[in-house]
Amino acid sequence: MSAAPLSLEGIHKSFGTKPVLRGLDAEVQAGEIFSIVGPSGAGKTTALRLLDLLDSPDAGRITFHGKSYPIRSPESLAQRRRMVLVMQNPTVFRATAFENVAYGLWLRGVPDAELRGRVFAGLDFVGLLEAAKESAEKLSGGEQQRIAFARAAVLNPEILLLDEFTANLDPFNVRLLEQSILRYRHETGCTVVIVTHNLFQAKRLADRVALLLDGRFVEVAPAADFFEHPVRPETRAFLSGEMAY
Amino acid sequence: MTVWRVAFVLAALLILAGMAVSIDLQPRSFIILATTTSARDSGLLDYLVPYFQPDTGIGVRYTAVGTGQALDLGSRGDADVVLVHAPSAELAFMAAGQGLCRSPVMMNQFVVVGPNQSDPAGILGLTNATIAFERIRTTHSPFISRGDNSGTNIIEKTIWSWVGYTPSTTNDTWYKESGQGMAATLDIASQLVAYTLSDDGTFLVHSANLDLRIDVQHDPALRNFYSVIPVNPSVHPSIFVAGALRFAKWLTSERGQSLIGNYTAGGVRPFQPDGQDLCP
Amino acid sequence: MTDFSEILQIVGLSILVSGTSTLIGSVVGVPLGVLVALRKFRGRNFVRTVAFTFYGFPPVLAGLLVFLILSRGGPLGFLGFLFTPIGMILAQSVIVMPIVMGITISAMMTVEKRLHDTSLALGANERQWRTTALHDARVGVFTAVMVGFGRAISEVGTVLIVGGNIRGQTRVLTTAIVLEISQAHYLEATIFGIILFVIAFAVFAFLQRLQAKGVV
Repeated sequence: MSAAPLSLEGIHKSFGTKPVLRGLDAEVQAGEIFSIVGPSGAGKTTALRLLDLLDSPDAGRITFHGKSYPIRSPESLAQRRRMVLVMQNPTVFRATAFENVAYGLWLRGVPDAELRGRVFAGLDFVGLLEAAKESAEKLSGGEQQRIAFARAAVLNPEILLLDEFTANLDPFNVRLLEQSILRYRHETGCTVVIVTHNLFQAKRLADRVALLLDGRFVEVAPAADFFEHPVRPETRAFLSGEMAY
Repeated sequence: MTVWRVAFVLAALLILAGMAVSIDLQPRSFIILATTTSARDSGLLDYLVPYFQPDTGIGVRYTAVGTGQALDLGSRGDADVVLVHAPSAELAFMAAGQGLCRSPVMMNQFVVVGPNQSDPAGILGLTNATIAFERIRTTHSPFISRGDNSGTNIIEKTIWSWVGYTPSTTNDTWYKESGQGMAATLDIASQLVAYTLSDDGTFLVHSANLDLRIDVQHDPALRNFYSVIPVNPSVHPSIFVAGALRFAKWLTSERGQSLIGNYTAGGVRPFQPDGQDLCP
Repeated sequence: MTDFSEILQIVGLSILVSGTSTLIGSVVGVPLGVLVALRKFRGRNFVRTVAFTFYGFPPVLAGLLVFLILSRGGPLGFLGFLFTPIGMILAQSVIVMPIVMGITISAMMTVEKRLHDTSLALGANERQWRTTALHDARVGVFTAVMVGFGRAISEVGTVLIVGGNIRGQTRVLTTAIVLEISQAHYLEATIFGIILFVIAFAVFAFLQRLQAKGVV
């Protein structure tokens, strides 16, 4: 168990003839918030889907504590259940807020009494306890994304994967969700990978930041170094806004 | 997934209910009769069946279709007995070995009917349909044909062949095809103030609602003979042959014949008994 | 012409036949639709196209097909189902099934696009995902069943050919209407038509209430 909870070794992925990822290497440490930044179309979402074992790389290995899992194997399902991916756009099930948050627990066969306790705690965590019985579809976009976060958080994942999870939200909900993440990491010590194109968000949340450009990590550094003393010229260009996203 | 379980149980129940209403576990106690629409539309069958059933203890389920289809249902073994009026087609049916026996039952006649108030072709009172058709053609008076290859339609075409002229809907604006059954065609003729050819039974039953009258009748060439034919069980073993024979013999018996002769519709007796039991 | 008890019998048979064929068509069509929409297999697009094509399958043609199969000369003639309600149910099931299947496929595909990754990311296996998708698409599936029933009860081609419109046995509302029209009994035809409309309306209103109450 000495190996990193999550590591990428030479990940390649193409869609058709178009290469998206061209050799990703990184190690995510236990309990850190690791942020992947980069312009749109750089392959951030693709990388996250690979990390969540929803898709398999054309070449390279993704390992969890040194072990890799072939996609669709029973072991990969078990590993998938030790982590959660929260998507960019809130996608709630056509059900109540309670049922949405209970979904992952239900999939895992958690007994009813325990499930109820955890769901209410999760709803409380994102400040939506009163909305428990409401239809999730009728909630606002921000509230739906908070439901999506609670839905992931109640599973006590070892790794939390977040894909642009505050895109298109108002400042109030962005702040609320960001605080929830920090608090959640603090309380559970869970490892978090955040994909964002918002540099300010990376700065506010991340322990380490990786810049993804043209399918490669051009710089991976602790947040302070990344923003204050970038090494690579591409990073400096990206930070100074010369590279439009 | 309780919903699906409930759906399954419901489906099973409904299917069983369906079977209950359609399957008699005992040897069949009813015959399937394939007949022509005129036998139904004249009201004759709905009048006869309630007498046949108590007389014999055999039920009758009849389906009324075109003459050709009625005989075809017989030759497929889907009907036990057929009651039709198409002598040449019947003979072919018998020659093919599909029928067990063929008994004449009754006759009626075809009549030329036309508008109540007028007679543009001047055919009222004629007893020769060929002359009437010739006058309709020369005066270009509106005429509605069934146009559906039914027995009536075939007779109509035969008369036109005697006239020596084949009217067509493309060349003759006065000639129209309804493509529908007799009652509907009569209604159309009434609405369009036109002539048409009908069996007298159907016309008499519906005459109260029609603005039509009989212009031409009693033409010997226009007599219409009905026969009953039980289907041959050696070709179709599933036939309820006892019931079919019973039906054929009952129709041609004194009892059946007097019922047919006494059947009244629209104040007249459209069918003339003509029965003769030719079945073994 | 037609007395009250006979009208009742015709109405009852209409509901029995259409209801049963809708159930059969749904019990077969919904799971098939779910599989075709969610399972990846060779020729899936072809199956989808066929299912959608059957939307517009002429009932008369379905009736003819089932007639030929159930006729004494046909492969299932020995069952003696021709001119019986069972035969009519079979024929209508043939019509209802592709409709239910096709609409189910559409509904499931929309849901798949929206939720597949979310569900898997939260830890669903393939089986759990199918259940989830079906649950989320329930309004669409429900619509599929309703449309199937609507088609069945208003359909005349197959029940006429396969049922034979036998009085007291296989006469349903639509064939009764056709018969009354062919005899120029337009008043009776209209009355049957109104009854048909009222039944369809009542059924749909009832189902819509269920839907509004959140039962489905």
